[in-house]
Amino acid sequence: MDLKTPLYQSHKDAGAKLVDFYGWQLPIHYGSQIDEHNSVRQSAGVFDVSHMTIIDVSGQDAQAWLRGMLTNDVAKLAPMQALYSCLCNEEGGVIDDLIAYKINDTQYRLVVNAGTREKDIAWLKQHVSGDVKLAVPSNSAMLAVQGPDAVTKTAIALDSMGAGADIQNLKRFFALEQGDWFIARTGYTGEDGVEIVVPGELAPLLFKALLEQGVAPCGLGARDTLRLEAGMCLYGQDLDESHSPVQSGIGWAVDVRDPERQFIGRDVLYEQKSTGTDVHQVALVLSQKGIMRAGQVVQRSGQAIGTVTSGTFSPTLQKSIALARVNKPVVGGCDVIIRDKPFAAEPVELPFTKLA
Amino acid sequence: MDIPGDLRLTATHEWARINDDGTVTIGITEHAQEQLGDLVFVETPELDTKCEPEQAVAVVESVKAASDLYAPIAGTIIDANADLADSPELINDSPYENGWIFKIQPDDVSDVENLMDPDDYTNMVSADE
Repeated sequence: MDLKTPLYQSHKDAGAKLVDFYGWQLPIHYGSQIDEHNSVRQSAGVFDVSHMTIIDVSGQDAQAWLRGMLTNDVAKLAPMQALYSCLCNEEGGVIDDLIAYKINDTQYRLVVNAGTREKDIAWLKQHVSGDVKLAVPSNSAMLAVQGPDAVTKTAIALDSMGAGADIQNLKRFFALEQGDWFIARTGYTGEDGVEIVVPGELAPLLFKALLEQGVAPCGLGARDTLRLEAGMCLYGQDLDESHSPVQSGIGWAVDVRDPERQFIGRDVLYEQKSTGTDVHQVALVLSQKGIMRAGQVVQRSGQAIGTVTSGTFSPTLQKSIALARVNKPVVGGCDVIIRDKPFAAEPVELPFTKLA
Repeated sequence: MDIPGDLRLTATHEWARINDDGTVTIGITEHAQEQLGDLVFVETPELDTKCEPEQAVAVVESVKAASDLYAPIAGTIIDANADLADSPELINDSPYENGWIFKIQPDDVSDVENLMDPDDYTNMVSADE
């Protein structure tokens, strides 16, 4: 596979180093991953997230159907409001994590991961019932502009394109539609910002207009360190079909308040939320120099109690940070085994950026 | 690619330089640091240990991954760059000078001459791309 987003040439022109990401040619960085990370924490950066899959759900039964498919409850959404949810199997294992936007009672938009596209669509199609239609728009691009200055700079960039939109007054986790454009105040970095769905042919113009406002082009490398510092899960690492959202630190995305709502995985998840689980997620900061990586063993008193699911170097803290899945409490500290040697690590509360 | 003429290089992207006192300094190439990206941690070798060619003796870690560093020749490790503990980015900024990684007292200094010269290395790298 060699899929190119509408920004492929823009990335090359901006000096990107491109890598294969689930078949897509995407920038890993444009020179320095750490500089890009810092741009987003201090000002603003733009990411090409066109590889992510949009699934539009429509029909009279759209809301009732999604209430049965997703762990979070779309009934609590106002029009143009979004929420984070999981799509689970009958055992409560996570098929994917996603953002669901309510357009109105009969129209919803899901944004799911690139690597899970085929299985998500297959799963959804397999469960379609009543008046529910699924559509996957193919000619759009998606840009995420993130950072404390992201909204201001994006507003100026949009004006310069004659596509002015009132994004300054857009509340967090709300979206607006303007012609073919869809703009949401959401993101994956822990910073303020917007995610913009735009017709593919306009994407290079928007990208250029953002760069002209001093927004830094950012690659997948910075996207990963930013989301991990923010304590956000990555599907395929921190989330998988063998573990539930409750076991993966995102039990808050499972809404069991409505006893009448039967959604896939409900019984297992309800039980886990009520009684708790031994397997759980813990956030770790390494107390010494070194870098924690996915797959490394977590030990306590010489006994293996779990595995690192995501680990990296935090540019903000200048230390290694990780998410790990463990089956025993990590009160007071643990060791992470790096190249056969134990390195001391401390459990902390998320997000990691709070420690800065 | 501009590689100083006095360096000899390996297929695994280390460079070696013979110093005036007969010791050999080791680092990684400009090409290697560029491929790795921003370096954030270096585990330098233990001093006074013996090393053999192609033996993994050190680790350089970028934000995204850890990579082994191999000894290009046989000898004893006699020194390591202490500045890398706090400033691993020296390897990105100055791979052939301030970003050196360790020094070997070689068993046979002529082993260095069996490594690639800058032209051979440059050809190997361009053939890979």
